[in-house]
Amino acid sequence: MQITLSVNGESHALDIDPRTTLLDALRDHLDLTGSKKGCDHGQCGACTVHVNGRRINSCLALAVMHEGDEVTTIEGLGEPGNLSPLQAAFVRHDGFQCGYCTPGQIMSAKSMLEEFGNGWPSNVTDDLTAAPDFSDAEIKERMSGNLCRCSAYPGICRAIRDAAPDEGMHKTEAAE
Amino acid sequence: MYDFEFERPRSIADAVKALKTEEAIAFSGGQTLMPTMKQRLAMPSKVVSLTAIEEMRGVRQDGSGIWIGGATTHATVARETKDSYPALSSLAARIGDPAVRARGTIGGSVANNDPSACYPAGVLASRGVIVTDRREIPADDFFEGMFMTALEEGEIVTAVKVEVPETAHYAKFIQPASRFPLTAVFVAKYGDGVRVAVTGASESGVFRWTEAEDALSGDWSADAVDGLSAPDGSDMISDLHGTGDYRAHLVKVMTKRAVAAC
Repeated sequence: MQITLSVNGESHALDIDPRTTLLDALRDHLDLTGSKKGCDHGQCGACTVHVNGRRINSCLALAVMHEGDEVTTIEGLGEPGNLSPLQAAFVRHDGFQCGYCTPGQIMSAKSMLEEFGNGWPSNVTDDLTAAPDFSDAEIKERMSGNLCRCSAYPGICRAIRDAAPDEGMHKTEAAE
Repeated sequence: MYDFEFERPRSIADAVKALKTEEAIAFSGGQTLMPTMKQRLAMPSKVVSLTAIEEMRGVRQDGSGIWIGGATTHATVARETKDSYPALSSLAARIGDPAVRARGTIGGSVANNDPSACYPAGVLASRGVIVTDRREIPADDFFEGMFMTALEEGEIVTAVKVEVPETAHYAKFIQPASRFPLTAVFVAKYGDGVRVAVTGASESGVFRWTEAEDALSGDWSADAVDGLSAPDGSDMISDLHGTGDYRAHLVKVMTKRAVAAC
């Protein structure tokens, strides 16, 4: 099938099998290998990208379903020498060991901060009508779709907390 | 995945037409269907994506109830029913993980009728009605058994309507690895009676625990559940996470917790 895919602000014409997942289209057809294939079943979160600003598992999406959508990958956030606040914070706080899950963690964290700033509730939010606390429990719950086999979770939490103000999340008082 | 044709219609009418092909399958968020297709457990000749159909999206006030488009994601339901129906919002906000909630839809969930899915319990307890391209089906007649519904070949869930109760709560005993409920109970109290819907427990999928409904309709308190014996465990799902008797026990515990939290 002939499709046009918009990724990181650039339009790409592709001729692909309808079975191609969004993840495979990014990695194998557009050479954007930052998004990683972990479980390929929507359980690990290594393939997290943004579609129209929302985080999704790109392994559970068909590329042909995303014509007309705006896809953002880790390559669209920053690059060596010009890292985004979250990328820099992950380096600063050792938010990884092997690094395989990191692009997914960062894409997920970026969305999470936005969702937080907009007052979305989570499983651990007690009061659905008040703004949620920016607590570690909330961060962990909201990042639960991204697994790290190296268990770099403490560093990941610190990095997210540190980068929150620079990523434009307004509500940043720690409430632990 | 086996090979398939692909269509992405813009209207319900075009989607119905596209689904007339033999072995065609409707594809909403795909959070269950994609893994199923990857494992070659589904072999559709054609995949009809429902994600570009504007008339199937959104959450609206509908008289005293709420209308939710079939292709509305869990994340959107969680956000948009926060004030109008907090118990349903809380159910939607606890499905899977955030990436799954950004894609998975209410229509897909009820059409799939996974025996451990959250939505069937919420919709059944909320006196839900399943709206399709050709008719309206009360939730009581819609959920027919494990992965079985009243849907005909090529019939699309275009919307789900629920009645907003006086008070309600969804008590979910979470299976921490999958985030599906090991057993969960949605309790909804209406002016003229109480509904108790149970998911994750029965081999036949979601069901109403009518004994508890009767007891709670007479005496709206967690204590009212005390006198009841738990449903029969021999009809319950038994797997490595818990036996049938354990799940039966959880039905009672989660019902009490749901009422106590109201």
